[in-house]
Amino acid sequence: MTNFETNPDRYAHWKLTFDGAVARLAMNVQEDKPFRDGYRLKLNSYDLGVDIELCDAIERIRFEHPEVNVVVLTSENPRIFCAGANIQMLGSSSHPFKVNFCKYTNETRCSIENASAHSGIKFIAALNGTASGGGYEVAAACDEIYLVDDGNSAVSLPEVPLLGVLPGTGGLTRLVDKRKIRRDLADVFATKAEGLKAKRAKEWGLIDGYFSRSRFDEGIKKRAAELAARPKILNKTGAKGIVLTPIAPSVNADASELKYKHVTLKIDRAQRLAELTIFGPAEMPSTDPAVMRELGAEFWPFRAYREVNDALCRLRHDEETVGLVLLKTRGKIEHLLAGSRALAANRNDWFANEIILFLGRMLRRLDVTGKSFFSIIDEDSACAGSLLEVALAADRIYMKNDAGGKTQLAIGPLSTGLLPMSNGLTRLQSRFLKNPEHAESLAKSLPRMKTSEALAAGLVTFAPDELDWSDEIRLAIEERLSLSPDALTGMEASLRFGGPEAHDSKIYGRLSAWQNWIFTRPNATGKEGALVLFGQPERPKFDWRRT
Amino acid sequence: MTSFVDLEAKIPNNVGLKDDPVIRRALETWQPAYLEWWRDMGPSDFKQDDIYLRTAVGVGRGGWANFGHVKMPDYRWGIFLADPETEGERKIKFGDAMGQPVWMQIPGEMRARARRLIVTQADTEPASVEQQRLLGHTAPSIYDMRNLFQVNVEEGRHLWAMVYLLHKYFGSEGRDEAEELLRRRSGDPDNPRVLQAFNKPIRDWMAFFCFTTFTDRDGKYQLAALAESGFDPLARTTQFMLTEEAHHLQVGENGIARIIERTAQLMKEGVDPRKVGAMPLDLIQRYINEWSSASYDLFGGEDSSNAAEAFATSLKGRYREGDGLYKDPLALNQNYETEIFENGVEKKVQIPLRRAMNALLLEAYHADATRIVARWNRVLEQYQLSERVYLPTLRFNRQIGLYGGLWFNPQGEQISKEAFERKRTEWLPVDADYQYVKNCMIKVWDRGKFANWIAPPPVGINNQPVDFEYVKFH
Repeated sequence: MTNFETNPDRYAHWKLTFDGAVARLAMNVQEDKPFRDGYRLKLNSYDLGVDIELCDAIERIRFEHPEVNVVVLTSENPRIFCAGANIQMLGSSSHPFKVNFCKYTNETRCSIENASAHSGIKFIAALNGTASGGGYEVAAACDEIYLVDDGNSAVSLPEVPLLGVLPGTGGLTRLVDKRKIRRDLADVFATKAEGLKAKRAKEWGLIDGYFSRSRFDEGIKKRAAELAARPKILNKTGAKGIVLTPIAPSVNADASELKYKHVTLKIDRAQRLAELTIFGPAEMPSTDPAVMRELGAEFWPFRAYREVNDALCRLRHDEETVGLVLLKTRGKIEHLLAGSRALAANRNDWFANEIILFLGRMLRRLDVTGKSFFSIIDEDSACAGSLLEVALAADRIYMKNDAGGKTQLAIGPLSTGLLPMSNGLTRLQSRFLKNPEHAESLAKSLPRMKTSEALAAGLVTFAPDELDWSDEIRLAIEERLSLSPDALTGMEASLRFGGPEAHDSKIYGRLSAWQNWIFTRPNATGKEGALVLFGQPERPKFDWRRT
Repeated sequence: MTSFVDLEAKIPNNVGLKDDPVIRRALETWQPAYLEWWRDMGPSDFKQDDIYLRTAVGVGRGGWANFGHVKMPDYRWGIFLADPETEGERKIKFGDAMGQPVWMQIPGEMRARARRLIVTQADTEPASVEQQRLLGHTAPSIYDMRNLFQVNVEEGRHLWAMVYLLHKYFGSEGRDEAEELLRRRSGDPDNPRVLQAFNKPIRDWMAFFCFTTFTDRDGKYQLAALAESGFDPLARTTQFMLTEEAHHLQVGENGIARIIERTAQLMKEGVDPRKVGAMPLDLIQRYINEWSSASYDLFGGEDSSNAAEAFATSLKGRYREGDGLYKDPLALNQNYETEIFENGVEKKVQIPLRRAMNALLLEAYHADATRIVARWNRVLEQYQLSERVYLPTLRFNRQIGLYGGLWFNPQGEQISKEAFERKRTEWLPVDADYQYVKNCMIKVWDRGKFANWIAPPPVGINNQPVDFEYVKFH
């Protein structure tokens, strides 16, 4: 089973140090410690294990070190910043693994930008050596990029010319959308295997500046100090971080049941079905930010969402054949609503803000997971506030139409704009594209509804009565699981993100549509494909037909 | 077919610059920058002195060398490509393009790779001049001083040869690279030379002779591999460079042989070389160990996808590829067997042959260097001494490749890091060695006189006597 938890004491590949408001996160990949056997992590190349540590480091900076407002991302290796994803690893991985690996690394890159936009942390990529492929892409996720000018070091995206695939972590989108590089120059850059050295890279806008080798550390330090001194967007004065304690679930013998504190994940491999149940808080949550901080990692929403997040990662990587996930909730609607209100009301408190941002990331991870999600709401559910957002992320919502009217759902203030999807819309806006006023009125009135009302309001897909309930659910499950997994993945990705495109949705959309298609093409991964033959004695042979 | 050699042109050449005004103008623009570089970074001082130098004036067999006293800045650096070996259409001899006619222009998809190969090679030429720029002051004789400067001006000419290729075949990026070649500086932390070994100064003449024996010999093998290239201008340029490179290797080999001879004379007489400012054998051995192992690293990793690409694209062949030494010019479906060490256990591994091109070239190099060391031992034999010098195995003191970061004795047996450190002062030069050698470096500039640590050569240059005035000081 894949373990997505780690901590700085256990990092093999990164060195995380703090100096006041500036954190330094330095890549130092241990060649002989790959995530699985069969390849060596040469030249600061990365695999899932390296990225799990990177993701952990960024989360820890946000939650454990609120005093930090600048992160310098650099390398301990004086000759190379990062050579990108390990090609041998990619070449020898299954297609589902590649897709999930790319998704995970993209989520980490997007979380860097999320921290920059909403946590007041600026990221400086200090490229003290060549940054190629994924190395340049992780730099592009930072706010500013500085390259050493030593006549040798370069930035490059060599995927197209060398590997016959695309930069897999948003590189192309960030070139034109984020850094706004002219499309013809981006075209040259992305087909030029050796990339560009400092001066030309600066001229083209691929980096923000450069320093000679002897001035490099000083230049970065100066820039970090300037950024550290800028006005803060959140008052974090004197803030003390919380500790991200392990959430380690208990796992049964065949790993078919994972029990977290507030979450249970059950897997029926024969049926290819999973059930993810989230248990709401046992009592009314506190509205006092000081108490929230005191509870820290044990504060219900934070603990519960970290657990859901972990369960999603494991589902993706360890349960490739599971096609459908039933999302269930248990608890009291009042608790969930109160909790959502408390978070929303305290969103200017750094910790509450970080929890909301984390919840947003977790939900977006759910949005882009290549499995079907059905939300199941019955009389014991607590489908309200943040957990209603979980339901709204599902492909379908089944709500029991019980005679007593005990089955209910409720919209809370977190649904009104604090948890945007990757296309920038709220899940309500995404749902009611044809009727934006309806989304707005729901967001304004924050109603609590019985099943019939929710059905009428378009918040649920089907509302079977008590007699039909079990059978309808069974039929829906069996029907869904009979469909082509590829077609479903494509269909869901198309339907989940209606409306406009935004930076993140473009990245995921293009990854899913283009990169994943190229990954399955013989020109990349056939016997004579460029990705498979990279570093091998034979040269690739292409099928020259354009598609 | 013998090409026309234009010796009267501003830039002597046999590549028809007269009729190629675009390239001629580009090179004539580059020329002043080159001369400025030579003034700044070439041999310090000695610019007014007349040196007995050999100048290439043609590429035909035997007829290409012309000797005379020249001031170095007036040296006629020219551009010479070897004449084609055969008349008519020549074919590519190896790699995926095997059997196709050789390329007179670089194919687009190979341009970046070819440019990188050329720039990496070209960068070592000015780098070595920079590394050696102070040595003239401590020359052990004017004969050796002349040899040093001969090597220097020829490294300069090799730079010209490579720069011609960059200008002629690689467009504006080639011109940019040509400028960068003059801008980088050996040992400059901000703007270093490409290869690490070319960023450390050559402090003394022991180091110079070791460099010309071992490091220039790497150059010979790299040039030989490029001389097989399917890109014809590169092949013919490097073929001609090889004839000059051979002289540099001679300088090194004979230099160390003469040092050993002087040491042997003293030992035979019962004189401790250390007492009289000569080089004891153990110190010579440490220099050999240092420079040979550093030169092994220059070949790159034994298992290299870059090397495989260069071979597959028919840009860089094996040593003497065209001489039919190898059964399969495609080098596919074959393995190169070697040993690696995992957790201290030696085991055999198979590397696909194309990926082992660096290892093959290094093997040929090592066999060649082994012969040189055997010749040095013959000097000791002649003096009836039982002591011998040796060449360390390819595993010793490696920083990169299969044995990089592991610890071996010079015989190639794996040992612990601690065991290596205990023996370090026995195997590799220490500061005291450098200091001792530095103290011995006293200039001897009188005609026919030699420093006490080196024997005179058996014969002079170009049939001149040993006490010929090889350098006329002004």
